[in-house]
Amino acid sequence: MSKLLSPDRSTVLFLGNEAIARGALEAGIEVATGYPGTPSSEVIESLAGVARERNLYVEWSVIEKVALEVAAAASFAGLRSMAVMKQNGVNVASDFLLHLTASGTRGGVVLVSCEDPGALSSVNEGESRYFASMMEMPLLEPTDFQDAKDITKWAFELSEAIGNVVMLRSVTRMSHASGNVTCGKLPTKRRNAAFEYDGPVMDSQTGPMISTPVMAKHLLRQQKLKDVQRMFDNSPFNRYTGPAKPDLLIITSSACFLYSCEAVEMLGLQKRVGILKLATTWPLPPNLLEKYLRKAKTILIVEEVMAFLEENVKVLASGIAGRVGVKTFFGKYNGALPFAGELNPDIVADALGKILKVKRKSLPADYQTDVQKTAALIPVREQTFCAGCPHRASFWNIHNAIALDGRKGFVCGDIGCYSMAALSPATGYHTMPTLHSMGSGTGLASGFAQLSRFGLDKPILAVCGDSTFYHAVIPALINAQHNRADITFIVLDNAGTAMTGFQPHPGLAVSALKDVVPAVDIAAICKAIGAKVAVSDPFDLASTSRILTSFLADKGSLKVLILRQACALSPEKKGKKAFDVKVDESLCIGEACGCNRLCTRIFRCPALTWDRDTKKAVVDEVICAGCGVCASICPQQAIVKTEVSAPG
Amino acid sequence: MKEKTFIKTRNVILTGVGGQGNVMASRTLAHMLVDAGYVVTIGETFGMSQRGGSVMSHLRISHDSVKSPQIPRGGADVIVGLEPLEALRVLTVYGNPQVCVLYNSRPVYPIGVITGELSYPSGETIRDAFERLSAACWEIDATSVGLRLGNPVLSNIVMIGALSKTGLLPFDRRRFEKEIKKTLSAGKYKVNLKAFDAGADMIK
Ligand code: SF4
Ligand code: SF4
Repeated sequence: MSKLLSPDRSTVLFLGNEAIARGALEAGIEVATGYPGTPSSEVIESLAGVARERNLYVEWSVIEKVALEVAAAASFAGLRSMAVMKQNGVNVASDFLLHLTASGTRGGVVLVSCEDPGALSSVNEGESRYFASMMEMPLLEPTDFQDAKDITKWAFELSEAIGNVVMLRSVTRMSHASGNVTCGKLPTKRRNAAFEYDGPVMDSQTGPMISTPVMAKHLLRQQKLKDVQRMFDNSPFNRYTGPAKPDLLIITSSACFLYSCEAVEMLGLQKRVGILKLATTWPLPPNLLEKYLRKAKTILIVEEVMAFLEENVKVLASGIAGRVGVKTFFGKYNGALPFAGELNPDIVADALGKILKVKRKSLPADYQTDVQKTAALIPVREQTFCAGCPHRASFWNIHNAIALDGRKGFVCGDIGCYSMAALSPATGYHTMPTLHSMGSGTGLASGFAQLSRFGLDKPILAVCGDSTFYHAVIPALINAQHNRADITFIVLDNAGTAMTGFQPHPGLAVSALKDVVPAVDIAAICKAIGAKVAVSDPFDLASTSRILTSFLADKGSLKVLILRQACALSPEKKGKKAFDVKVDESLCIGEACGCNRLCTRIFRCPALTWDRDTKKAVVDEVICAGCGVCASICPQQAIVKTEVSAPG
Repeated sequence: MKEKTFIKTRNVILTGVGGQGNVMASRTLAHMLVDAGYVVTIGETFGMSQRGGSVMSHLRISHDSVKSPQIPRGGADVIVGLEPLEALRVLTVYGNPQVCVLYNSRPVYPIGVITGELSYPSGETIRDAFERLSAACWEIDATSVGLRLGNPVLSNIVMIGALSKTGLLPFDRRRFEKEIKKTLSAGKYKVNLKAFDAGADMIK
C-alpha cells in the first residue's frame, strides 16, 4: 500500500508535498493537474501514484495555464480539484486566474504554488503571494507538515464556502522537508460531475461561468473576502505562543515560523518574545491582529523574499493605530531581515539578537579559528552536468560548430538542466549568454535574428528541452517562421522532464496515469511550421557537427536540429553502462599532448579526472556512466571504449 | 517503544555529492526513527541543486516536536559524510567540539579540481582536521565495499550499517530489516542487508 493511503490516525513521515497530497485526498479531491517544477512536483507525482486506487483523474498538463483550466472545469462541474505549480508557473497561469476569480467557482478548487526562496532550484526568486491580493483570493501558508495536510483539506471547504479559488503557498523548506503527520479519514463517497449553465447570470450554482457583468461580479468577490476575514479571525490554524506581555512580537508564517521558534529558543528568549503564527495571510484576520498588536510595542515580521506580510500588517496597523498605539516595526524595510534569499534560524536569531541586544552562545575561540583555517582548504563544488549527460556532448558540438563558423554566433538559453551551460564551470565552453523563462530563448532568438538590418550579423542559435518545447516554445517558433527569422533552433531531447524527475510530457506515449497515449512528435510539428528539420544523436560527434555546420552556413531560413539521447539518470539508463571506458596509460601523453587537456580542462565530465602524480587522465569507474563520448574527443585515442555486452 | 538514549533534540547531517544516495539514506534513517516513536524533521536540498553539487540532509530527532528543517550553524551532533570533502565542509559550518563524525574515505573530485584550478586536500589533511575538530570520528572505505557488493551506490547503506554500530543514534539491525522489508524488493533487500552488516563490521 502506498504510504499516502495510510490508515486514519496513523503517524507517518511525509514530505511537505506528500502532506499536501494527503490533505487533498482527505478532502475528497477528484481531479489534480500540474506542470513539473521544483519544488512542487511531488504533489502530483504522489497523487498519480494512488490515482487508480482512489479513482482520481491526475494529469501532467502541458503548461500551468492549461493545468488551472483543466482543474477549473472539474470545479465548474461540482468536483473538487487542485492545480499545482512552482512560483513562476503562477505567472503563466495568471491570465486565466484573473478571469477565474471573477467568474467564481463551484466545487472546491485550490491553486498550490510551491516557491523557491533562495532560488535553490530556480533561475528566479519569484513570489506569488501578491497574486492573492491582486486577484482577491484567500491565501493560506502552512507552517509545518501537519498543518500542510490539515490546511490543504480545509482549503477545499473554504473554496466552496466562498465560491472561489483558494491559493495555498508552500516553500522549498516545507515542500521538500519531511516531518511526522497524523493522518485523518479518507472519504468513501464520490461526487458526480454535472455542469449547469442555463440559470440566471448572477446565480453562482446554475448560471454560466463567465467573468461578466464585470462590476457586479467584482463586487461579489470583494464581499466574499469580507466573509473570509471573519473565518480567518477564528481559524484554529492561527496561533499565539509566548508570554502575556511580550517585549517583542514576531508575526510570521510558512517555514519561517519554525525558524522563528528555533531562534527564540537559541537565544533563550521564551519569556520575552511572543510568536503569532499566521497560516491565513491574505486577507489578514483583522480582529486577531488587533488583539495581538495590542500586546507589544515592538513587532518583527519574519517572512521570505518580498515584504508581503510586512506591508499588509503595516497597512492594517496604521488603520487601527488609534486603538492599538504606534508600533515600531522590524522586518525587511528597515533592514533587520534581507529582501532576497531564504531565511534560516541563524538569520532570524541574529536579527532578533540585535533588536533585543542579546548575544548568542558562541563556540570556543580556538575552535573557531581552526574551523576558519580548515574551511580555507576546501575547494568549492560547482554544479555540473552529470557524468554521461547528453547536454555536455550537445554543447560540445554547438561550441565547436560556432567556433568553426568563425562569426561569433551565440546561443539563447532556456530552462532545464541545460541552463547550466550559462554558468561557465559546468563546461569549459561558455556558449549561452541569455537565460530567462521557459520558451523565451526561442523568442529572443527570433528577435536577435531581426537585428542584422541594424548591424548585428551573427549566427543566432537557441536551445530548449523536450518538455519546454511543448510548454512555451511553439508560439515563438511560429513567430520566427512567420517573420522569416534566420535561426538555428536545437531541441535537446532527453526523453523526459529530466531536471524535475522524469515526468512524462506530450512527446512520450505515456501519461501521468501510465496510460498509453498518442505521442506528439516534435519533428512533425517543426516540419508543419515549415522549418528545415534534422535529427541526430549528440553522442555521435561527427554527424552532429556536420549538420550544425551546414545549418549555420545555410542563411535565411528557420532550421531545427533535434538532438536525441536519453538523460543519464533516466530510469532506462541508470546504472547501465553502454561502454567500459578506460584511459590507456601508454597512449595518454599527459601535458605533452598539446591539446591543453581537452579531456579534463575543457570537456569536464566529473568521471574523467586527472591524476596529479602520473600526470595522466583517469576514468573513475564509480562515477563513469559509460557514455563513451570522451573516447571521441581525445586526439591521441588514449581513451578506449569497449562495448558492454548485454547480460545473458 | 522508544529508547531514551539522548535527552535533547539530536541533530544529524548527512552529506555527500548528488547521485550518492544521500536522500535515500536520510529517509531510511528517518523512517526507522519515526517507527521508534520519535518526531523527526528532515530538511533536504534536491532538484537542480543535486547535479554534481553538494547535497545535504538535516535530520532533527526530537522526543516531542517538529523542528526547523535547517539546523543552526554550530548545531550538529552527528555528521555522516558519504564523501570526505563534503563531510569536512559541513563540519566547518555546523561543527562544534562535541560533534561526532562518520565519513566515507572515497573522494569525488569537484570540477575545479579536475581542471586543475583548485586542489583537493590530502586524506591525511582531512583526517587530521576531523581529529582536531570533533569529539569522535570514524573513517571507512564504504565505496569499496559497495563496489564489492556490485554497486557503488550501496555505500550509503554501508554507512548506515556503520552508523548503527557507533551507537550515536537509537536504531539497530532489527529496525533496519523491518524498514527495508517494507520498501525494497526481495533481491534488493538481501544485498542491502549485506551492505548494512559489512558497514557495521567496519566499526570496532
Ligand atoms: S539529470 Fe540528466 S539532463 Fe540533467 S544534468 Fe543529469 S544527465 Fe543531464
Ligand atoms: S564515458 Fe567518458 S564522458 Fe562518458 S561518463 Fe564515462 S568518463 Fe564521462
